Amino acid sequence: MIAEFGLGALWMAAALAALQLLLAGFGVAQRRDDLLAGVRPVAVAQAMLCCAAFASLIALFLRSDMSVLLVAMNSHSAKPWLYKFAGTWGNHEGSMLLWVAVMGIAGAAVALVERGLRRDTHMATLGAQAAISLGFYAFLLFASNPFARLYPAAPDGKGLNPLLQDPGLAFHPPTLYLGYVGLSVAFSFAVGALLTRRVDAHFARAMRPWVLAAWVLLTLGITAGSYWAYYELGWGGWWFWDPVENASLMPWLAATALLHSVTVLATRDALRAWTVMLAVVAFSMSMVGTFLVRSGILTSVHAFAVDPERGSFILGLLVVYIGGALALFGARVGTVREGKQFEALSRETMLVVNNLLLTVILGIVLIGTLYPLMTEAFGRKVSVGPPYFDSVAGPIALVLMLAMVVGPLVRWRRDAARAVGTRLIWPGMAAVVGFVLLAFLAWGRIGVLPFLGLAVAAAVTIGSVMPLVGRNLRRTPLFTWGMVIAHFGCAVSLAGMASDAAFTTEKLVAMRPGDQIETAGWIVRFERVMPLAGPNWVAMQGDMAVSRGEGRTVTMHPQSRFFPDPPTDTTESAILTRWNGQLYVVLGDQLEDGRWQMRIWWKPFVTLIWLGGGLIALGGALALVGRERRGWMLRWRQRRNAAEEAAA
Amino acid sequence: MAMKSKHQRLILALLALVAVTAAGLLAASALKDEAAYFYTPEDAKVKGVEPGKAIRLGGMVVKGSLKKAADGVTIRFDVTDGKATVPATFTGIAPDLFRQGSGVVAEGSFDGPVTRGGTFVATELLAKHDERYMPRELEGMTYNETTHQMQDAK
Repeated sequence: MIAEFGLGALWMAAALAALQLLLAGFGVAQRRDDLLAGVRPVAVAQAMLCCAAFASLIALFLRSDMSVLLVAMNSHSAKPWLYKFAGTWGNHEGSMLLWVAVMGIAGAAVALVERGLRRDTHMATLGAQAAISLGFYAFLLFASNPFARLYPAAPDGKGLNPLLQDPGLAFHPPTLYLGYVGLSVAFSFAVGALLTRRVDAHFARAMRPWVLAAWVLLTLGITAGSYWAYYELGWGGWWFWDPVENASLMPWLAATALLHSVTVLATRDALRAWTVMLAVVAFSMSMVGTFLVRSGILTSVHAFAVDPERGSFILGLLVVYIGGALALFGARVGTVREGKQFEALSRETMLVVNNLLLTVILGIVLIGTLYPLMTEAFGRKVSVGPPYFDSVAGPIALVLMLAMVVGPLVRWRRDAARAVGTRLIWPGMAAVVGFVLLAFLAWGRIGVLPFLGLAVAAAVTIGSVMPLVGRNLRRTPLFTWGMVIAHFGCAVSLAGMASDAAFTTEKLVAMRPGDQIETAGWIVRFERVMPLAGPNWVAMQGDMAVSRGEGRTVTMHPQSRFFPDPPTDTTESAILTRWNGQLYVVLGDQLEDGRWQMRIWWKPFVTLIWLGGGLIALGGALALVGRERRGWMLRWRQRRNAAEEAAA
Repeated sequence: MAMKSKHQRLILALLALVAVTAAGLLAASALKDEAAYFYTPEDAKVKGVEPGKAIRLGGMVVKGSLKKAADGVTIRFDVTDGKATVPATFTGIAPDLFRQGSGVVAEGSFDGPVTRGGTFVATELLAKHDERYMPRELEGMTYNETTHQMQDAK
């Protein structure tokens, strides 16, 4: 029954999306208020039905209802409940249902919360949002029905890929999807504004919080995903330039550019067409990412389904939406009046530089990700890997970081070169000191990119807090704090990346219980290996007593796990975090002579990578609250006054 | 200094165009080097690979060629595509499903000229990490084909 209820709810949600599109379309075109009045309630109802469908699927997974094909294929009754729950979206159909549910919620939020837009633009935006949802409903209902029944029911399920059986699954995909789908809102805003010819500062101020929210969630999702890959895969790396990782990085790059250009449009009413274009590009990148992941065109842990029909369906959606939006852009760009002009040395120019560099990096990542697919179409198989991305995108990212030091120190409208130069003295000194210090300590021992990375990180650290110098900190607006913290987070993250690349030490040995080795100041003693049973796995667990200097001895427990359903081995690394880095221990195979393979890394300051990611997201959140608080306060006061008047 | 002219929009559009073109050119020139990033043993023998250049080598592990060194963490094996075979070593914890007769994509570089018996020193093995996974570059090599190729290689 639950499955049929879920499917019914999904069909009704799809029908309501169609209705929403029609109401908004005719309402805006014919200026019919009676039609437009229906749009917002329909959007909310659609979201509720869609969430009901998703809740049904969760219930089916929690109950391990093996008469549902999706559950039988991807779950197992012996799984801990958390993975039954999170396993709902650990597969193709479930993750697409999560996608439309999030999209429904975003649409309802735009319907309920958005106050800044003109009414016709608002309605056109909701219409565009319904049009996108409709395509994904069609995809679910016609090409990937999550509620399909299995007859006869399976005795038990096939289980979830053990690599996905981790608390990370409960957090990483939903956060990332919230970010992806948040960009669909920016896309709908852009379409709405183009349709009603309202591309101006007013529109930018309304769009900005949505872009900020999506960007914060994307940042969190990517940071969490990176840490998850780092500890779960046991390879000691935190970014692999895997196509699926790139699929999440590309929307982030576009959203970062959009975030900065929308600020120019909101503050100075310039870069109108460009901002609209970026909003289209940002969501297009979300769709390209979905296409890459969901079509199974790339083989990776993330690609659940290798099904050409689904691939062509998503490719079709991609072409329709991106093509449609670009056609609309082409048709209407002439009606977007030129924005305000600006001087060559101004904050506006620096933000243009930011946008250009981000676009270049985006292009490089996009080309590198798609290139193997293109050559394969011509029958040639190639890999594009870290050597390409590091060597091409890395240096440009460093230039972008330098621009980030300068940008916030240049005034809006116009600035004097000399004044800017004066403000750059301290960050410049930091870079020089960092450079000299490093050259003195580690010349020739570390790569060029990590070397420059550390020097640039020093400059960005100082540069990022310079906007606060000479200000009354208590009266500094919250969104300025947000910018400072986000930029500071970039420096922190960069320092972590460079430090990990430059100073990681690795030991790879075969050890017998009782053996002891020394690495990077740590003494690691291999005590014993014991068998261990978990809820749905068995493991060999090593006891490693580690100590450094006079410090207390800590026991670490790396595991080598075996999951019977489906039969898979995984390694569970053990990680010990200290203020200045992480000790990372992996237990390998046992050799014929009884020794165990052991891989031990000391990674100085590697935690800064994710700490920086968290700071960047925090900065975004503060900027969002800082910008919106005034509006909230105003509305709250109005409502209170109205209530008081009513009471009087 | 001021861009008072009405051409500012044009300048910005041109800048964007230049940026995108620059990205394309940069990517294209880098890809020309990196496109050769994936080699089969035959490619490596015929085209040659500079020693020390980071590449990906893909093929099947020849049956019976896998040997463990005394240090317990180094393995030696031969990689074949049926047409040519090159020796490889890997120091590290091999993926759980790495075994003889399975497909492997290895990252690393040759320690000497391939034609004069250079060995491929792998830094990373991207072998199957679950039963269903096949390195994308090896798709289309079915098991029968590969066993067949390995017999040919002998």
